[in-house]
Amino acid sequence: MCIRQCAFEGHSYDPEKNEVISKEDVCVGCHRCVTLCPTNALTIRQTPLDFRANANWTARAIRDIIKQSETGGVLLTGMGNDRPYPIYWDHLLINASQVTNPSIDPLREPMELRTYLGRKPERLELDGNGGNYRPKEPLPPQLKLETPILFSAMSYGAISYNACESLARSAHALGIYYNTGEGGLHPNLYKYGKNTIVQVASGRFGVHKEYLDAAAAIEIKIGQGAKPGIGGHLPGEKVVEDISKTRMIPKGTDALSPAPQHDIYSIEDLRMLIYALKEATQYTKPISVKIAAVHNSAAIASGMVRAGADIIALDGFRGGTGAAPTVIRDNVGIPIELALASVDQRLRDEGIRHQASIVVAGGFRNSADIFKAIALGADAVYIGTSALIAMGCHVCQKCYTGNCNWGIATQDPYLEKRLNPDIATERLINLIHAWSHEIKEMLGGMGINAVESLRGNRLALRGIGLTDTELDILKVLPAGR
Amino acid sequence: MGIVIIGNSASAVGAVEAIRKVDRSLSITIISDEPHSVYSRPLISYLLSGELRPQQIFYRSKNFYEKNRVRSLLGRCAIHVDFKKKAVQLDNDERISYDRLLIATGGKPFLPKIEGLHTPGVYTFTKLEDANRILSILKEVQKAVVIGGGLIGLKAAEALNKRKVEVTVLELADRILSLTMDSTASSILEKALRKEGVHLITSNTVEAILGNGRVESVRLADGKVLNGQLVIVAIGVSPNVEIFKGTPLKVEKGIVVNERMETNIPDVFAAGDVVETYDKILKCYRTIPIWPNAYLQGKVAGYQMSGEEKYRYDGGFMMNSIQVAHIPTISVGLTNPPSEDGFQVMKKFDRGSGIYRKIILKDDLIVGAILAGQIDRAGIMTGLLRDMVNVKGFKKELLNDQFGFVSLPKSLRKERLLNIK
Amino acid sequence: MKRIFVKEEVCIGCRLCEIHCVVEHSKSKNIIKAFKDENPRILPRIFVEEKGKVSFGLQCRHCEEPYCLEACMSGALYKDEKTGAVLHNREQCVGCWMCVMVCPYGVIRRDLNEKKIASKCDLCLGKEIPVCVARCPNEALEYREV
Repeated sequence: MCIRQCAFEGHSYDPEKNEVISKEDVCVGCHRCVTLCPTNALTIRQTPLDFRANANWTARAIRDIIKQSETGGVLLTGMGNDRPYPIYWDHLLINASQVTNPSIDPLREPMELRTYLGRKPERLELDGNGGNYRPKEPLPPQLKLETPILFSAMSYGAISYNACESLARSAHALGIYYNTGEGGLHPNLYKYGKNTIVQVASGRFGVHKEYLDAAAAIEIKIGQGAKPGIGGHLPGEKVVEDISKTRMIPKGTDALSPAPQHDIYSIEDLRMLIYALKEATQYTKPISVKIAAVHNSAAIASGMVRAGADIIALDGFRGGTGAAPTVIRDNVGIPIELALASVDQRLRDEGIRHQASIVVAGGFRNSADIFKAIALGADAVYIGTSALIAMGCHVCQKCYTGNCNWGIATQDPYLEKRLNPDIATERLINLIHAWSHEIKEMLGGMGINAVESLRGNRLALRGIGLTDTELDILKVLPAGR
Repeated sequence: MGIVIIGNSASAVGAVEAIRKVDRSLSITIISDEPHSVYSRPLISYLLSGELRPQQIFYRSKNFYEKNRVRSLLGRCAIHVDFKKKAVQLDNDERISYDRLLIATGGKPFLPKIEGLHTPGVYTFTKLEDANRILSILKEVQKAVVIGGGLIGLKAAEALNKRKVEVTVLELADRILSLTMDSTASSILEKALRKEGVHLITSNTVEAILGNGRVESVRLADGKVLNGQLVIVAIGVSPNVEIFKGTPLKVEKGIVVNERMETNIPDVFAAGDVVETYDKILKCYRTIPIWPNAYLQGKVAGYQMSGEEKYRYDGGFMMNSIQVAHIPTISVGLTNPPSEDGFQVMKKFDRGSGIYRKIILKDDLIVGAILAGQIDRAGIMTGLLRDMVNVKGFKKELLNDQFGFVSLPKSLRKERLLNIK
Repeated sequence: MKRIFVKEEVCIGCRLCEIHCVVEHSKSKNIIKAFKDENPRILPRIFVEEKGKVSFGLQCRHCEEPYCLEACMSGALYKDEKTGAVLHNREQCVGCWMCVMVCPYGVIRRDLNEKKIASKCDLCLGKEIPVCVARCPNEALEYREV
C-alpha cells in the first residue's frame, strides 16, 4: 500500500526477494506512507549525506550550486520561507488579568469575535429614538466574519479542485471567507460566492463579469509574501483541462503571471483600477489590495488607503506558495510582525486608520500568533499553510511537482481523490473552532470580552529578547516594564 | 386442508420458505416418494466419489419440517390427483385434501430401448438411492461403463474414477457436453478427463448390455465389446408427469404454467424440473431443469399460493456450473449459436493455461457465455445477460481476464452497484 | 437494513479495507500474525477493483432476494434473520460454484485449495460498523440504510 501511495515512487516491491524496498533519496518527507501504514511500520528520519562541517559552505549551498551547474535553471520550491530568520511572534508575550481587572470565563459568558472588514466612516450619525437607531448614511460595504480568521489566497491550479471546495464549504459553514487566489473561480463553486473573495492579479486569469458578480469582495493582488516583486507561477504540468478553462489559458502552458500589473504603474493607476472595480460592482463590494511586506510597506499602505482601498492585505515573507524561485522566497520581503506594526502606526499617525481594514498573512501557526497580530493592529488574519496542514499537508515543499501525495497541490485525478472534501471541510471547521475558542480564552484571560478591545492594543503585549530598535518598531514595551 | 406439495426438492423448499415468510398459520403438507429429508440431487456424485460425508447431502437442517411446521409424508407415493375433489391419492389409499396444490415432481431419467437394460448392475443416476446402491456394490466393480457424456454422466464417471474404478464414457454426439458447451470447451474437458484416466468414446453408444444374472459387458453400436461390472445410464431426464396422463392438466413436454406458476387448473400450481417455462434467450417455451430455476419457481409458487400476488416468474435461461477433472467451467445462455447470422461471437483461448472465454452477443446484448479454467466473476456476465444490458460501450473489455465493474462506463456501474436487488 | 456502499470518487485504491478485512476474519485478529504466520492466508471479503484512475471496493451486497441463495445446491448460503445478511456455512459448502455463476456483482471468490468458497462478506457478523467502513482512511465506504 505504501508503494501505491507514494507519488514520488519511494517504495517498490521486489518479487524475487518478496520484499518492499525503499529509495531514500527520493523521499520528500510528506509522511503519506507513515500515516496510512496499518502496522505503523514506517518512520521518517533525516539522514543526509554529510559534507565536512562548514558554517559558510552548508550542504544546501553546495547542493544548490551543483544542481544549477547541471541544469542552468532557476531553483524552484514550494511553501514558505524555511530559513531561521527571527520569528517575532515567539518574542511577544500576552498579558493576563490579575486582581484589578477580573478575567472573564469564555465558557460562561458571551464573547464577541465578530469582525467587520471594510472602510469605516469618519463619524457615525444615528437617526431614531428609544433604542431603535439607524445610521443616517448607509455604511460602506463590509465583510462580516464570525471570527477574525480567513483562508488565504490559494489558486485553483496550485491546489486541487477538492481542496478549493473544502475551503469554500468550510468558509461557508464558519461564516468567514476564503480567497480564490489568481486561479479564477470554478463554476461549481459559484454557489459559495457569498463567502468568496476573488482576486484580480497581474495575469488577470479567469477575470470576467460573472466572476466579479459572484464574489463578496474583490482583491487586487500587487504582490505576495513568498515572492515579492514577481508574479504567480503555475507549472505547465498542473494546467489541465479544467484549469485551462477556469483560467482562460491554453492547456499545458506554464501560467506565469507578469511581475507587475501592467496597468498599474503608479498610485494613481491603482486608484483608477480600484474605482473601475467599484463602478463595475456598483459600490456593493469592498475592494482589497494585497501587497507583500517589503521595506517601505507603511508608505505604500498609506498610498493604497488614499487610493480607495477598503481593505489592505499584507503578506509577510513567511507566506506560502505553490511554486517560487527559492532564492526569492528565502531572501526577499520582511517579517509580517514588523510590517504590520509599522503600517498600523503610520495609518494611525495620518488619521486614516479607519478608512481601511488591515488583514495580515504569512506563516501564522496557531491562535497565539493570530492573537498577537490583532494586538499589533490587524483586523483579521489570513491563514494559508495552516489550512493546508489541516487538510493533510505535511509541508514537504514539493508542491511545484504536482505530485502531492495528499491530493492538495496536484491536478492528477488519481492523487486528487485522496482529499475527500467531506473530511477536509470538517477538519478545517474543527481547526477554526479550536483556534476561536483559544482566542476567547486568551481574551477572557486578559479580562476583555470583545476582540474589538484587543485590536491595536499594543499594551496587551510585551517583548522578550528583542533589541531596543525592534521594540520601538513594534511599539511594545519590554517584559518587566 | 391447506397447501399440499407433491415433491421434496428445491421447488418444495422454495415454496415452503416463501409461504412461511408470508403466513405462519397456513398448513403445509409435503408428499415425497423418497424416504429422505430434503437433499440435493446434483450432489449425489460427490457422495459417490467420497468427497461428501452422508450427512452433508442434506439441503436443509434436520429440523426443517418441524421449524417450518410442515407435515411431511416421506416415502409415500402420490398415484393420482382428483382435481375435481381436490385430493391427492397416495399408494396406501390415503387421500390428502388440498386448498392449493403444488406439483413439484421433478424429472425422471430417460431409459433407452436397449437389450439387457434390466440386468442387475445397471443404474440410473438421479436419486440418493442410486448413489447408495452403487456404493454398496462398488467393491465388486473394477470396470464401469457410463452411457451419456452430459452433465450427469460426466459427474458419475469422475466419481467412479476417484473410487479407482476404470471408467469408459459413451457419448452419441461427436463430443461430450454437446448440449451446453461448444467444441473448444468440450475438447478442453475431454483432454483433461483423459489425462485423469477416464476413457471417452464419442459418436458411439451402447447397443446391448450383456451378462448372466449380472452385468458382464456391453456391446457398442460399432460392434466393439467392453467389459464392465457396472453400467450407469445418464442420457437425460424428462418431466415426471406420468400420473397426469389422461387428466385435464395441460402438459406439453412438461406441465404448462404461467408467470404465477399456475397450471390450467385453478388452485393447482407447478414448479421445477417438471414444468415448461419461457426461455428468455431462446425465446421459446421449454423445460430448463436447473437447480436455481427450480428454487426460484418454487418460491414464486409459494408466494402466489399464500396470496402475495406481486411475485412473478417471467422466464429463465439455461446455465450450468460444472467442475470436471479440476477444470471449473460455467456456461450460460446460448453457448453455441446455430449460425453466425446476427450473432457476434467473441472468444479467447490460451492453450498454455487452458483458459477459455467465449461471449456470444446479439444486437449488442449478451446472449451466452462460456468460461473454462478461470470462472471468477462469471456472475457479472450472467447479470448483464439476465438484465439485457446493452454492452456496446464496453464490448471489447468483455474478453479481458480482469473484466469487472471497473470496465463498465461510470453511469452504468453506479446504476448497477447502487441499486441492490 | 444497512448495507455498505462505495463512493468511487474518493476511493484512493490503498486497499486498507482488504487488509483490515483479513485481520478481522483471521484467527489471531492481529495484523502481523494474520499476514506473516497464518497459512494459508485467508482472502479478504472485499476487494478493490482498479483500472487507471478509477478504483472502488466491492463486496457482497446482501441482496433482499439473493440469486446466490437460490442457486446454492448444498444449502450452505442462508440469510440471517436479524441483519438480513447473506451468510455462508463453510462446513456445508461443496464448491459447486453455482453462486459464482449467478452473483451479478461477481463478489464470491473461490478457495482453490479446499474447493469451497472462500470469500463472502458477512457484514462482520453484526458488528456495529464493519471494519472496512471504519478503517477506510478517506471515508470512501459508507454503512447506511438502503
